[in-house]
Amino acid sequence: MVGNLYIIEKARLDDLIRLLREDGCRVVGPTIRDGAIVFDEIASAEQLPRGWTDVQEAGHYRLERRTDDAYFGYVVGPYSCKRYLFPPRQRLFSITRNGRPLSGFDVDVTSASPPRIAFLGVRACDLAALEIQDRVFNAEYADPYYRDVRRSAVLIAVNCSEPGGTCFCSSMQTGPRCTRLFDLALTELPAAFAAEAGTERGRALLERLSPQPADRNVQHLVELMLESAAEHMGRALDTRELPEILLQNPEHPHWNRVAERCLACANCTLSCPTCFCSNVEDSTDLGGSRAERWRSWGSCFTLEFSYHTGGFSRSSVRARYRQWLTHKLAGWHEQFGMSGCVGCGRCITWCPVGIDVTKEATTIADDVRRADVAERGARERSR
Amino acid sequence: MPVDGQAKLAVYKFSSCDGCQLSILDLEDELLALAERVKIAYFLEARRHVDPGPYDVGLVEGSISTPEEAERIIDVRRECKFLVTIGACATSGGIQALRNWADVEEYKRTVYAHPDYIRSLDTATPVAAHVLVDFELRGCPVNKYQLLEVLGAYLTGRRPQIPTYSVCMECKRSGNVCVMVAHGTPCLGPITQAGCGALCPSYHRGCYACFGPSDSAGPRSLCRFFMERGLARPDIVRMLRGFNGYLEPFKQTSDEYESDHIRYG
Repeated sequence: MVGNLYIIEKARLDDLIRLLREDGCRVVGPTIRDGAIVFDEIASAEQLPRGWTDVQEAGHYRLERRTDDAYFGYVVGPYSCKRYLFPPRQRLFSITRNGRPLSGFDVDVTSASPPRIAFLGVRACDLAALEIQDRVFNAEYADPYYRDVRRSAVLIAVNCSEPGGTCFCSSMQTGPRCTRLFDLALTELPAAFAAEAGTERGRALLERLSPQPADRNVQHLVELMLESAAEHMGRALDTRELPEILLQNPEHPHWNRVAERCLACANCTLSCPTCFCSNVEDSTDLGGSRAERWRSWGSCFTLEFSYHTGGFSRSSVRARYRQWLTHKLAGWHEQFGMSGCVGCGRCITWCPVGIDVTKEATTIADDVRRADVAERGARERSR
Repeated sequence: MPVDGQAKLAVYKFSSCDGCQLSILDLEDELLALAERVKIAYFLEARRHVDPGPYDVGLVEGSISTPEEAERIIDVRRECKFLVTIGACATSGGIQALRNWADVEEYKRTVYAHPDYIRSLDTATPVAAHVLVDFELRGCPVNKYQLLEVLGAYLTGRRPQIPTYSVCMECKRSGNVCVMVAHGTPCLGPITQAGCGALCPSYHRGCYACFGPSDSAGPRSLCRFFMERGLARPDIVRMLRGFNGYLEPFKQTSDEYESDHIRYG
């Protein structure tokens, strides 16, 4: 049953949410809040943004009514699963003076039992982001909170048949089809869902949803829908030799032009599903008897990020933007064996002034490629 | 920092609305703990009794707007070991620094029946323009927890953790939906220093820059974007010249947008 395609009725979606809740999961899925589709805890399929879509462009996001009543007719919102696995603010431990002469302190390491979460409606780009986060947080030196949430997480993925205006997952080879990590992957058809189990847990869930084997026509339809989606991305990025080009051109004039527009506000990094930097701060109470250590989302776009003895190593906005882009698209390959960008487009949509990572990288890369071609031509002519 | 016993605290008022001083009294749950660690020696807003200086910590609210204040702040500096300005007025000149772009004499004639009774300076300026300040706490008003953090850090002998990055950091950590991107509401959050907990965007309003410019604020880019989205130059000048208009780079950018001969976009 794992890997095969089945058909389930649309009404089964509510059953799926109920089953997951009965299994003790908090179901986190897409829902409308404050004019956007965000991940939040839901209790029934009624809370899904049925019949809505999102219009996304650089620095622009609006909800619109669809002409049909699709459950998943939109792409990704401002936040990803990252929020739940790597919370924006987390207390790591507290220390309290106990007045005893030898030990002196009581240390309370935060060990709240992490919630069991079922993520519903996770897209291929976000699965790829999870895979990246796994290498950061769940590898040799595992983050205990991440590890525990991740281990028990149920992933109900949805294949994207209608990419958004800032999507470019096909360029990054992460989508639009979900190919890994999921327990269950759904493709929304006009009158039903095509469903595929990716794990034994997903198979067990699927069995409880009255699945019918999908015939060849349905399989063919799903293929066509996802092929078409791959061809209709709102953005594209040519990744050929991109890491080399970016790393070899730190003085390209285009970095200055981006820096003139960049606000260093950090929205791109905080909405990015793979950015993992954090800041650790200690606090003390007034009486001097208790201290706490907190971790919160950090960003390489802040000035404080590069503070060390002797000052700031990236005081200019240019240096910070260049650091982020080259790390994401180039340095990441060396560090983690993959690109740090999954093509979800969040950094483009949620940049307040609409800076477009695909455009900026392409401007530099095309310029360098053109110069290379010209140089080669000149060399051949002089021969 | 006092080695033992209580630190002596003084709270001063200059040209201001008293809101930042009230933030101290608003520390209802923490006030008793605070009073254990510090002796409130001079705080006319809270008590009539005054202990003579010198003081360990002085908190100054308000801008320097009159000749008398320009003299008094020097005395205040002399009697405080550690001087902290609290709030937009003391740190940037505040809303009254709008006079720095106007004709003060004309204002006096318009507002007062007897303008000759009014003795004020032509400008309202931050405390740091007059004396050395050890720490500046932003906000209109200040965030009471940041105030507590500054005092607590002083008492512990550590650096206060007052971030200077943008409001967006707090906004995204809170899980808000960006009012600029999703609603088209002009918001100064990207160029404003954090500290309020992204209060206005949490209630679907744009940020008014109560905490002044962030350490890396690039108002030109944001304002160019506002103009592209239909805001007029005077709107942009008014946005930048709110509570902290006299702080750079808000001042320079608002001046550029006011002068007709410089064009953007």
